[in-house]
Amino acid sequence: MPLNSKIPAGPIDSKWKTYKATCKLVNPANKRSLEVIVVGTGLAGASAAASLGEMGYKVKAFCFQDSPRRAHSIAAQGGINAAKNYQNDGDSTYRLFYDTIKGGDYRAREGNVHRLAEVSANIIDQCVAAGVPFAREYGGLLSNRSFGGTQVQRTFYAAGQTGQQLLIGAYQGLERQVSLGNVEMHSRHEMLEVVMVDGVARGIIARDLVTGKLERHFGHAVLLCTGGYGNVFYLSTNAMGSNVTAAWKAHKQGAYFGNPCFTQIHPTCIPVSGDHQSKLTLMSESLRNDGRIWVPKQKNDQRKPSEIKEEERDYYLERRYPAFGNLVPRDVASRAAKERCDAGYGVGSSKMAVYLDFGAAIERYGKIEANKQGKPNLSKEEIIVLGKGVVKEKYGNLFDMYEKITGENPYEMPMRIYPAVHYTMGGLWVDYELMTTVPGLYALGEANFSDHGANRLGASALMQGLADGYFVIPYTLGNRLADDIRTKAIPTDHPAFVAAEKEVSDRINKLMSIKGTESVESFHKRLGKIMWEKCGMARNEKGLKEAIEEIKALRKEFWSNVRIPGDIDEFNPELDKAGRVADFIELGELMCIDALNRNESCGGHFREEYQTEEGEALRDDEKFMYVAAWEYKGEGQFELHKEDLNYEVVHPSARSYK
Amino acid sequence: MQHYNMNLTLKVWKQKNNKTKGGFETYPVKNVSSEMSFLEMFDVLNEQLVSEGKEPIAFDHDCREGICGMCSMVINGRAHGPWSQNTTCQLHMRAYKDGDTITVEPWRADAFPVIKDLVVDRTGFDRIIQAGGFISVNTGNAQDANALPIDKQKADESFAAASCIGCGACVAACPNASAMLFVSAKVSHLALLPQGDPERKSRAFNMVNQMDTEGFGSCTNIGACEAECPKGISLENIARLNREYIGSMMSGSSVEGTA
Ligand SMILES: Cc1cc2nc3c(=O)[nH]c(=O)nc-3n(C[C@H](O)[C@H](O)[C@H](O)COP(=O)(O)OP(=O)(O)OC[C@H]3O[C@@H](n4cnc5c(N)ncnc54)[C@H](O)[C@@H]3O)c2cc1C
Ligand code: SF4
Ligand code: FES
Repeated sequence: MPLNSKIPAGPIDSKWKTYKATCKLVNPANKRSLEVIVVGTGLAGASAAASLGEMGYKVKAFCFQDSPRRAHSIAAQGGINAAKNYQNDGDSTYRLFYDTIKGGDYRAREGNVHRLAEVSANIIDQCVAAGVPFAREYGGLLSNRSFGGTQVQRTFYAAGQTGQQLLIGAYQGLERQVSLGNVEMHSRHEMLEVVMVDGVARGIIARDLVTGKLERHFGHAVLLCTGGYGNVFYLSTNAMGSNVTAAWKAHKQGAYFGNPCFTQIHPTCIPVSGDHQSKLTLMSESLRNDGRIWVPKQKNDQRKPSEIKEEERDYYLERRYPAFGNLVPRDVASRAAKERCDAGYGVGSSKMAVYLDFGAAIERYGKIEANKQGKPNLSKEEIIVLGKGVVKEKYGNLFDMYEKITGENPYEMPMRIYPAVHYTMGGLWVDYELMTTVPGLYALGEANFSDHGANRLGASALMQGLADGYFVIPYTLGNRLADDIRTKAIPTDHPAFVAAEKEVSDRINKLMSIKGTESVESFHKRLGKIMWEKCGMARNEKGLKEAIEEIKALRKEFWSNVRIPGDIDEFNPELDKAGRVADFIELGELMCIDALNRNESCGGHFREEYQTEEGEALRDDEKFMYVAAWEYKGEGQFELHKEDLNYEVVHPSARSYK
Repeated sequence: MQHYNMNLTLKVWKQKNNKTKGGFETYPVKNVSSEMSFLEMFDVLNEQLVSEGKEPIAFDHDCREGICGMCSMVINGRAHGPWSQNTTCQLHMRAYKDGDTITVEPWRADAFPVIKDLVVDRTGFDRIIQAGGFISVNTGNAQDANALPIDKQKADESFAAASCIGCGACVAACPNASAMLFVSAKVSHLALLPQGDPERKSRAFNMVNQMDTEGFGSCTNIGACEAECPKGISLENIARLNREYIGSMMSGSSVEGTA
């Protein structure tokens, strides 16, 4: 099937306006007989379900946690971007569009990204109206900060809990629709199959995770808002339950997977402390507004950070990238940290860490505060006390989190940080309307591949999730369902539902019947190790080829030796996890295949064979200016389809942050 | 920070489902590192149980960074364990020493029935939010975000109340199993913002009503909730809720029509 991205014709800034003015609409009476399934209630899913419910569609929403309020979006810390230009520092829709295209290393679609920038301002308006308590200035207006890869302050935030506040806002909107009867919420449910009727997605099979029962649910359309797949690496900053299962089932039903190898490794996370480690904790990018990153100039320096004098420190980001300094994009910052540690300059007991230091910021803020309070003659100690107060107000919860995990006080000594898997730019391929290659099946939020190219800028995932759910899908879904108003609800005893349910139940039975000797957790760890070492921050042909073979072998072993305790018809987290790990193993193989195919370095995808003399990523626009969309062709078999990327507005150039 | 290893004895509540009776089981756990989180210690124990062909202990968790509100264990009698303003997932094993015995139970409240072992059903909280914990604004209806300045102090107070993670520790800590701290946090979050003003009266009334319907107990000002709340939600919110509630009774404002 040729890929049609359905980008509307016309100048970049009128595409979305034209689309909205000309798309088909569904009248209110007809909406009531149209059913929509929304899988996932993170920012993308909760905003979509609430908005569609308000519009009059009959919505069923699903999540695997005990409440929609607990989706992984809750953990987002730093902020959300919007081109409001409240700071009068030169921001505009165009600049947000440009920064995002450049930040994505010219591997994203111009049309989608411009739409994202256009609706960004509405998102902030919507959230404030819904009661999201963003940070404010003394004058009562909204406050902003900067994030990496930009030179303006366009990030809105709520201390270090922005995701929480945004999700609670969307969740409350969702619960309001539940109370009105417009949305039926199914929590502790996991979607395990897409049901296809005559080539169209018409429902799902879901498992009630409390009773273990399988359920059939019909929908005129199915929206997957199921988040990213960073946990394929075992260790990541994602919540423990985040998984690829929904997207992977869709992929096997015909939805192409876009750019699976594009993974974001976030530069500032708390380093691994031992084998028992179950997840990694992010220290928000917002900290790079005020924290300075350094390592000792001397190799293998054993001294305490406080004993290392200013001139003995290498502020390597400021040295290498003077224009952006500590605020270079994530891929660049992560690679630079790895380079220093690999070269022997790392700190801490593992030597796989660098310092993130707030000493200078504390002093600077202390002085400003002293002046504000009219006390210019305070001692250095007093100034530091004031400065700590300011830093506490900005980042207090992050500092507390750091101290709880490491037992060290970051107000007194620099944080130790190291890159960790954080986000996946890849995901289900979607067109401009957010529809996958399966008619009637949509993907929103981190689950799709659409807007971030090869590297996502900080504070843009929250923006994209809410853009998709609040402002895009309400239009694009109507454009399809307008032609579906004559389709009656399909009864769930239809053979397609019966067959899909049988498929799911056979697979569960098969998993339970293996009765091997190795735990699910152990397989997951082994997969993660292969992925991190061979498809992680740096990749090469040899390693990727090895990884593919190792993963194939791991899959065989899993299906012959996994041990799952307990029963099918009960609350059984080990069984839930087994299904997810089985899908991760298959995805891991595709990620390596994609990384092997892409003979260039771009954004988060760094192939060691393709770099400049200075160690920067070397793109190959001639050969690889395309989205790699993979079609599932049977176990371990994938066919590549290319969507060429046309840059009509921005001219791709070597991405420089120097 | 000095790291060390320890051997522990765990007494954990096991219960197959809400139809059967539960009881404590004792498990030895060896070689626990002081650097582990409390839940990582449970991971180690569960791995051990799986390898011995036994059933692992079911517990709720997701983010493991103190923000999703999913984790929920009563540890040696205290909701979320010994550290103040902390969730179970953020508790680390350096809080314990070699030879310690640790008792772990689920949240206990009639309104939070046990699903399995340490996992309880907290959907009552969602239904309380459905009763009025929102601002009725449809997508696309909003004015410019800066059109309405909000006093910074009020905004900060609202934020502090909004930082409740809906974990239910307040209920587990309260001898009456009251949900007043949770409800008051939501009422305060919205009442302190001008956007929340139009629905103020019906909101307090309807949410408190739903709380009673769910079978949560009443508040007798004990304060155990505040002491165990991982997010430091203050009792002042309960005072505010009481004022809002009385306000809604006095004005005789409608009980229905929240949406
Ligand atoms: C620690 C951390 C901090 C971050 N900070 C920021 C930030 O400051 N700014 C920013 O812009 N971005 C940030 N991000 C990224 C951002 O949070 C995510 O990309 C975004 O929240 C994803 O939202 P979502 O709605 O797509 O998916 P999620 O929030 O992950 O939601 C997925 C939903 O799908 C459900 N689900 C999944 N599979 C199934 C299934 N099979 N059946 C049923 N339900 C299912 C889940 O229950 C859940 O409800 C951060 C990410 C992390 C990890
Ligand atoms: S008030 Fe505190 S203890 Fe109660 S649910 Fe909220 S965060 Fe948890
Ligand atoms: S697991 Fe999310 S708060 Fe503990």
